[in-house]
Amino acid sequence: MNTPSSASNLIEIRNLSVTFPSEAGIVRAVRDVSLDIRAGEVLGIVGESGSGKTVMSLSMIGLLAESASITGSISYNGVNLLELNDNEMSKYRGKDIAMVFQDPLSALNPVHTIGRQMAEALHVHGDYSSEAALRRAIELLEIVGIPRPAERAQSYPHEFSGGMRQRVMIALAIANQPKVILADEPTTALDVTVQAQILDVLKTARDMTGAAVVLVTHDLGVVAGLADRVAIMYGGKVVEIGNVNDVYSSPAMPYTIGLLRSIPRIDDAGSSRLASIDGAPPSPVALPPGCAFAPRCPAAAPECDASVPELVSITPSRMTACVRQTDIAGLQSSGKLFAEIPRHVALQSVTEGVALEVRGLRKTFPLLKGSVLRRRVGSVFAVDGVDLTLREGRSLALVGESGCGKTTTLLEILNMVAPEAGTITVLGRNVAELSRKQRLEMRKDLQIVFQDPFASLDPRLPIGDAIAEPLDNFGMPKVEQNQRVMELLELVGLQRDHASRYPSEFSGGQRQRIAIARSLALNPKVIALDEPVSALDVSVRAGVLNLLAELQEKLKLSYLFVSHDLAVVQHVADDIAVMYLGGIVESGPVDEVFAKPQHPYTQALLSAVPIPDPKVERVRKRIILQGDLPSPANPPAGCRFHTRCQVRATLPAEVAATCVSDRPELVLRNASLVACHAPLN
Amino acid sequence: MTVVQTEVGEQTSERLTRSALIRLRFFRNRLAVAGVVILAMMFLLAFVGPFFSKHRWDELDFLALLQPPSQEHWFGTSQIGGDVFALTIRGLQKSLIIGLLVAVFSTGLAAIAGGFAGYLGGKVDRSVMWLIDALLVLPSFLIIAVMSPLYRGRTWLVFVVLLAAFGWMVTARIVRSATMSLRERDFVRAAQYMGVPVRKIVFRHLLPNVASILIIDATLNVGATILSETGLSYLGFGVQPPDVSLGSLIAEGTASALTYPWLFMFAGSALILTVLAVSFIGDGLRDAFDPGSNKSKKKSKAS
Ligand SMILES: Nc1ncnc2c1ncn2[C@@H]1O[C@H](COP(=O)(O)OP(=O)(O)OP(=O)(O)O)[C@@H](O)[C@H]1O
Ligand code: SF4
Ligand code: SF4
Ligand SMILES: [Mg+2]
Repeated sequence: MNTPSSASNLIEIRNLSVTFPSEAGIVRAVRDVSLDIRAGEVLGIVGESGSGKTVMSLSMIGLLAESASITGSISYNGVNLLELNDNEMSKYRGKDIAMVFQDPLSALNPVHTIGRQMAEALHVHGDYSSEAALRRAIELLEIVGIPRPAERAQSYPHEFSGGMRQRVMIALAIANQPKVILADEPTTALDVTVQAQILDVLKTARDMTGAAVVLVTHDLGVVAGLADRVAIMYGGKVVEIGNVNDVYSSPAMPYTIGLLRSIPRIDDAGSSRLASIDGAPPSPVALPPGCAFAPRCPAAAPECDASVPELVSITPSRMTACVRQTDIAGLQSSGKLFAEIPRHVALQSVTEGVALEVRGLRKTFPLLKGSVLRRRVGSVFAVDGVDLTLREGRSLALVGESGCGKTTTLLEILNMVAPEAGTITVLGRNVAELSRKQRLEMRKDLQIVFQDPFASLDPRLPIGDAIAEPLDNFGMPKVEQNQRVMELLELVGLQRDHASRYPSEFSGGQRQRIAIARSLALNPKVIALDEPVSALDVSVRAGVLNLLAELQEKLKLSYLFVSHDLAVVQHVADDIAVMYLGGIVESGPVDEVFAKPQHPYTQALLSAVPIPDPKVERVRKRIILQGDLPSPANPPAGCRFHTRCQVRATLPAEVAATCVSDRPELVLRNASLVACHAPLN
Repeated sequence: MTVVQTEVGEQTSERLTRSALIRLRFFRNRLAVAGVVILAMMFLLAFVGPFFSKHRWDELDFLALLQPPSQEHWFGTSQIGGDVFALTIRGLQKSLIIGLLVAVFSTGLAAIAGGFAGYLGGKVDRSVMWLIDALLVLPSFLIIAVMSPLYRGRTWLVFVVLLAAFGWMVTARIVRSATMSLRERDFVRAAQYMGVPVRKIVFRHLLPNVASILIIDATLNVGATILSETGLSYLGFGVQPPDVSLGSLIAEGTASALTYPWLFMFAGSALILTVLAVSFIGDGLRDAFDPGSNKSKKKSKAS
């Protein structure tokens, strides 16, 4: 591709290829990518794991591993950055081109205070005296929203929360007025309410410095809110690039079309199912000969395998890499490309039976100190006051941010022993009263699917044996076991001959299907799903979600679905329970709660979820919560949300005082239960 | 796509269980099969050989002292006129059985003790660790010596048990710490929530995941036992003179290895062959257990 260089291009990447040697063969991480970064723009680079987005961005600041071999050019101000040695490059790094990493903890030096590290960065490039540098550092911390910056500058990185560290990274990045800020998954490790804060800070940083921002992410929602242009990467290549609005509203390359249709949206439950893209992203050591998407593309034709499609302009501002580009629009309108399939509609609980009921559940962990004589110095209130009701044939989503106690709740239920406090009733029976034998029997009815399918399958057990394990355990004869394993494999969309293979031979999505098959083996009535898709590639999530919906319909299952992703919840759940710091703050039917959240936390959580649609996302009003999740070892008195509550400040003094003194109970209000002294709507 | 479709169309309803797969993968490995064949031949030699030997092992030929190999004495003769071929075979019989049995017993003990201690934790773990520490600080040779009157004259199989009883501790510790980290993994939790009993969790999920440690341990134990067994013979039990083992033959032959090489060479070669065969088998088993290894299967993995 030969785009004439234009004056507004800050960085011009031409024919960049990066390969790494590896055991399995040559890893072709980036393949012949040409891309411009314009002054002052926000360029989103979106791709799934392994698509090469990180490698591409790291090559711009010369931070690739030694073993990388790089060809092509990256010119900045007429200088080819690839020809610089490390020493020359370091003059640009931090000063002209700054970087914000996904994991700020590893990017900060643990033995120096935050203030000192920032002052150093300023000192190296700028003309600050060390005193002025420290002053400037404090100023920068203030800009990125660190409260009491002068004081906090004395802290060490580990004393900061993830969100605060990411703020520090942004402060460091803007310290020297860079021309380009590279941000690689800057919010992926963060909770959604904190993500909203950080994205906000990133916007401020951009406005202040006028720098171009390259935002690398797998999250289409994040890009929608922030980027001017977006480049979609797949198999080490840019497959579509253009204006954000255009790409989102009329994606042209089949992968982009599929990807955008496969992600659930929080603002729209939709009448059709999510599009699911078959298969999994290609391995960079074994890329298909032609178009990397060909093995998964519904529009693939023989010519797609002939050669790697080049990026070509289809409109002045848009380029795609697809040899069948001219046919795509036609295929799409005739429904041959990711056709819309009507969505399964929630069963109205026919029986009104209750599958699972939890009342007042509590679980505390001892907080120990000392390494030799471990003394109990307090308690972590992991779960304190959880009430849940899962009706038969429905799905109840348990949502909340990391550390709020979702998984603990789930494990307490699955342990099926009397909890520390409260009651757990499974299919009408109180688990505290079960005998050993009854408990074992009960396990048939309640099964679990874990978050990470790479950890939940025994790597040394062929999947057929893994699926047969529960059957064997309950004494089914071998022949019948075999029959059932085959049945289950087909049920979850795998093949019979997969049974004799080991988990390592499967992709994440396939493994999750295997885990689902195993959980279904004993015909359970209730399945607990702990973040079943969050460890999967974006393009395979939809497939698993659709499968879950289908199975629920077919087998009349009840799901207890734990998730932090509200868009997914919107798509799969019938009821929702929102958890904050160990307790339920609001629960009710999903439609009801999403449309009219009554608890201030629910409201903030909903507003923090980015919507993968730039038109909607940009005009949305967002509630940005203050601060981080308090520690569950030391939860705030009264309403646990009062330290961050956006509503409390607007309340009359006496109500605001009760927020601090009395813990609100869950009470029924407009079809949902809500625990707040001053509910909304 | 990670999985390459191999069978076209036709749906099988056959599946290979883990043990079938391991067998398949093991026998696909040429070296492993060679190991099995060599070992089988060693056994054959040891137990069928005597019928073809011209001399018995305890027969002394005073007319042929320290003779090099000849028509009459295939492997030569010893200082006192013993037939080295017959002696080597006799030694091989003892050593093969002692080596293999001790290796299997001590590794098995290590696996069971380490596996259960690591998985169950708590009291079980504390007692096992206490036992391990106690056995490690006690000088095992001394104890065997002190106890020797108790079993003198009994079958040398007692001896196998003793050697195994003092050889499992270090490995058990390694196995224990490996299982302790495995115990927290989701697949173990999944098994618990399916109601799988402890015994099955340990044998089906935990031990196979530490199989490589166990196999290496057992492999090394075979050679080490054969050699160390002689040390005990000196203390007056185990294989007693005039009876011989490979270890004692080697120990005695080493001194004159340069002048009368046949005293040492044949026993030495037998030991080397045994150890080699065992390590081929060990490697084969390890690859057969480890799905990540590509040696023993066709390359069917794409990523
Ligand atoms: N130092 C390295 N040595 C070998 N291979 C590497 C190295 N760095 C990256 N790769 C490989 O290059 C490919 C592209 O990696 P990259 O990190 O750019 O992906 P990504 O799109 O950022 O994915 P993610 O979403 O997981 O961050 C991957 O297969 C990766 O394993
Ligand atoms: S080139 Fe072919 S396979 Fe690739 S996206 Fe276009 S139509 Fe699909
Ligand atoms: S009780 Fe008070 S602090 Fe808690 S959520 Fe309601 S208004 Fe906010
Ligand atoms: Mg990355």
